[in-house]
Amino acid sequence: MTDFRVEGRGRVNRAKPVSFTFDGETYRGFEGDTVASALLANGVHLMGRSFKYHRPRGVVTAGSDEPNALVGTTRGKGRFEPNTRATIQEIYTGLTTESQNKWPSLKFDLGAINDRLYMLFSAGFYYKTFMWPRSFWDSVYEPLIRKAAGLGKAPTEVDPDHYASRYLHCDVLVIGSGPSGIAAALTAGRAGSKVVLVDEAAEMGGTLLSEPSVSIDGQPAWDWLASAMAELDAMPNVRRMTRTTATGYYHQNMIGMVQKLTDHMGDVPEGAPRERMWRVRAKEVVLAQGAIERPMVFDGNDCPGVMLAGAAQTFLNRFGVLVGKQPVVLTSHDSAWYSAFDMADAGAKVVAIVDTRESVPQALQNDARARGIPIHLGQTATATKGRLRVEALRINPVLNGKVGAGRVLPCDAVLVCGGWTPSLHLFSHTKGTLDWDAEAKAYLPGHKTEDVHIAGAGRGLWGIAAALEDGTKAGADAVQSLGGSAGAATFEVADDRTGSGITQKELPTDRSPGKAKAFVDFQNDVTAKDIRLAVREGMKSIEHVKRYTTNGMATDQGKLSNMNGLTIAADALGKEAPQVGLTTFRPPYTPTTFGAFAGYHKGAHFEVTRKTPIDDWAEENGAEYEPVALWRRAWYFPQAGEDMHKAVARECKATRESVGIFDASTLGKIEVSGPDATEFMNRMYTNPWTKLGVGRARYGLLLGEDGFIRDDGVIGRMRDDLFHVTTTTGGAAQVLNMMEDYLQTEWPDLKVWLTSTTEEWATIALNGPNARKLLQPFVDGADISADAMPHMSVVECTVAGFPSRLFRISFTGELGFEINVPARHGRALWEKLWEAGQQYDICPYGTETMHVLRAEKGFIIVGQDTDGTVTPEDAGIGWAIGKKKLDFVGKRSLDRPDIVAKGRKQLVGLLTDDPKTVLTEGAQIVADPNQPKPMKMIGHVTSSYWSEVLGRSIAMALVEGGFDRMDDRLHIPTETGGTVTAKVTGTQFYDPAGERLTVE
Amino acid sequence: MLLIQCPYCDDALPELEFAYAGEAHIDRPKDPSALSDEEWRDFLFIRSNVKGVHAERWRHINGCGRFFNALRDTVSDRFVTTYKAGEPRPDLSGKEPAQ
Repeated sequence: MTDFRVEGRGRVNRAKPVSFTFDGETYRGFEGDTVASALLANGVHLMGRSFKYHRPRGVVTAGSDEPNALVGTTRGKGRFEPNTRATIQEIYTGLTTESQNKWPSLKFDLGAINDRLYMLFSAGFYYKTFMWPRSFWDSVYEPLIRKAAGLGKAPTEVDPDHYASRYLHCDVLVIGSGPSGIAAALTAGRAGSKVVLVDEAAEMGGTLLSEPSVSIDGQPAWDWLASAMAELDAMPNVRRMTRTTATGYYHQNMIGMVQKLTDHMGDVPEGAPRERMWRVRAKEVVLAQGAIERPMVFDGNDCPGVMLAGAAQTFLNRFGVLVGKQPVVLTSHDSAWYSAFDMADAGAKVVAIVDTRESVPQALQNDARARGIPIHLGQTATATKGRLRVEALRINPVLNGKVGAGRVLPCDAVLVCGGWTPSLHLFSHTKGTLDWDAEAKAYLPGHKTEDVHIAGAGRGLWGIAAALEDGTKAGADAVQSLGGSAGAATFEVADDRTGSGITQKELPTDRSPGKAKAFVDFQNDVTAKDIRLAVREGMKSIEHVKRYTTNGMATDQGKLSNMNGLTIAADALGKEAPQVGLTTFRPPYTPTTFGAFAGYHKGAHFEVTRKTPIDDWAEENGAEYEPVALWRRAWYFPQAGEDMHKAVARECKATRESVGIFDASTLGKIEVSGPDATEFMNRMYTNPWTKLGVGRARYGLLLGEDGFIRDDGVIGRMRDDLFHVTTTTGGAAQVLNMMEDYLQTEWPDLKVWLTSTTEEWATIALNGPNARKLLQPFVDGADISADAMPHMSVVECTVAGFPSRLFRISFTGELGFEINVPARHGRALWEKLWEAGQQYDICPYGTETMHVLRAEKGFIIVGQDTDGTVTPEDAGIGWAIGKKKLDFVGKRSLDRPDIVAKGRKQLVGLLTDDPKTVLTEGAQIVADPNQPKPMKMIGHVTSSYWSEVLGRSIAMALVEGGFDRMDDRLHIPTETGGTVTAKVTGTQFYDPAGERLTVE
Repeated sequence: MLLIQCPYCDDALPELEFAYAGEAHIDRPKDPSALSDEEWRDFLFIRSNVKGVHAERWRHINGCGRFFNALRDTVSDRFVTTYKAGEPRPDLSGKEPAQ
């Protein structure tokens, strides 16, 4: 294996060798290497296969814009990550990596057959190839596409790492630590501003790391860099963060940043978070993200060994790696000439510098000649040779637009540069406009919507002196915006490498352009031909071209491909680039882990679970739970050998025959108090409240202003000026919000105070003929006999010594009490009642039994039997409306034409012809099961249960004109193709006279 | 994430503390029964849906709990100003932000 490491070059730590594996082979590198630099040092360019055609691909860049060199990494169980950019992942001993999109091996991949079938996979192939026959879609095409599609393999195990999250506030956030970012941070830091300087790389310096030959203020670039870092570190008001990517720029200068904490470590400290999401609120932001080099578009430009010239320069100067020993440089910009010089000076034999331009500054040509590098100007590139690694580049002269005869330059690397694109992704997130600069042939920042300053190459400036100067200005501008002032700083820069260049569409060729595989988007395998085809097929907007070809839609978000794609599309449309427009960049800037977004919100912390004071008892007694809003509620209490059906049947029977105990603590409770409490209640609820005496309770119904049912619950009058309002479990917050809304904004003159007391009270319901017998001995300070405490009343007393609001109410149709005690006494009271209840075979029941018992009585559940389009009349509870009241919320709507119209859906009972059949909740109802499909659906089943006490099934349903269909037979088609027939009835299935409420 | 100035707390606080509550300055009629069906329909359902500066209600629900009004630009999603419930819509003539 050849070693491509160059002595005396680079910043990797030669004293610390590191070994890692790639596709099972062990490779050596040094601390400070990335996977890409270490593989290149070992002569490995082939790092992956492309997404669609499975073409062999090598590394193209040296940074986060890498489209090709995506690898899977793992550090043990659950820690596999696909699509990691080899140019970002630092190596450590023990790191295991693998290539992607290949089978059986990277060098011999059967999927490469797609490359021969490219006719099938041209632009828009999804829409064309798989259209016919229709029946093939489900059985053949989709499974095939799903199997073949996807980049890398998704991990299948739970991620064992944890992810942290923090907020950060600062005066000036500087994003990017190249020369302009450093200058901005120094300027703002020296002025005393609270500065944060971040960079996605492991080391700060940006371009300076690739330009060691420049000198600043008389120091070699790297010495200056070290002293600048030392100065920043010495300032207490400056914070530097590496391996930290600003992924999104949100409103009012909020920046999301993801800091990688452990992915570079061989030994990860126990419990250390893998990444940390920073939510930064910065008063001023300086974007110093530099520019991204553009590839050149020509046939075979994706062959491993073809890479960006600037990347080759970085691999050499930062990592001490020669990407090739006989490179050809192919460029349209001066910058690549310097890359060629650095390569030559490090011992490479540069085969030639090929420039598409006819004229290039004489000084550059002199420098090339001095190094013995042949120069070819006014050229095009028309092919590469080699499959797993480039072996030669074919170039042709272009004269007056005509492509001349080709010549072949043998080489082991082709270093390309098609110009530079300012990196303005984050600026684009702010909806700042990007204006076309005809001179720079680039989009530059235009109108700003945030307090942001763009510095350096990000606004089209070139060279280190310009970057330092511009960064200083940006830092000073930021300080000035904060009301301060910054001292002037100037930098003496020697040996700066300035330059310019041109950008262009795909390079001209003497061969059939239709056969060229000139790639624009490497990651999504989009060629220049695809883009022209999309335009020919009618895609006029760049947004359409993008979606039709998928250009720029890969995980790199078109960092390399967007501008080339735009230039080619503009040419095909016969327009200038700015007339074609630009697609929008969106967060995140680079692929970001779900873990970083989720942060602490996982497992038990993903969502709040509200538990009642009696929850522990239920758990200890084997309850199954169901979620209700954010609560977990005991669903049923199975005994040995019981399924839910059996348990619920037993609980229902025990409650109806003796006494059942139920935890109703989740019911929403709101205290409405104040001198105008009655008036407020009259206005909010449909019912009249004026004449409700102290100590009495009433079923309250709440509508929206549109006349539809919003909530319900029993409301007790505790005093003249105090109501104890209960709401549904899920509706509590909305009801309080609605009450507050009216009180604050419509009736601020009312003297009323609203307090949520849901969690202040534990509520225990006792239901059944023995409820009073069980409860009576515990009650002090109140007479709860049938005469003294009738149904629908409330009294303040003590129960088992605990202060209590005791209601006599029933949601089961049985004699019932609901005991509210301070939450801290809930379990104690429950256990006392439980113990004393043994003599009555007391039975704890859960929400399922509660549902069955209330359905047997036809009591509705808001949100189950109503859906936001149901009026009180529709639900059969028009009696709850205070007819004499002049106004209440929703009253006017009850006279709306569509509310009084005939044919509204109304709540009725359904009894199936076969009493054993329990309908499916949500099932649709038809009048005639023999009508042709699609059938007219006239309603749906809202509640359906097995009723143990009735020995048959019962159901409620919303049915068009339901009240006029009594005793009609309706039909419910089932999932299995059959039809169930049921008779329309009222909704009170059990004890319609209500005699059981008043048993002695 | 937006910062929203609560006119009661007199502080700019993160959007997460607030809840949107519909268009502002739509008063509930004093006597709804006096309204025609069309007038009542307009009160219930018809909203201005402006492109540009929109008067709307917010509630500092995870804070002081107060409802207040805001002028927000629906194009840029930016808050122009906020003010207490019951106060008239501020006159922004000459002060509207440039688009």
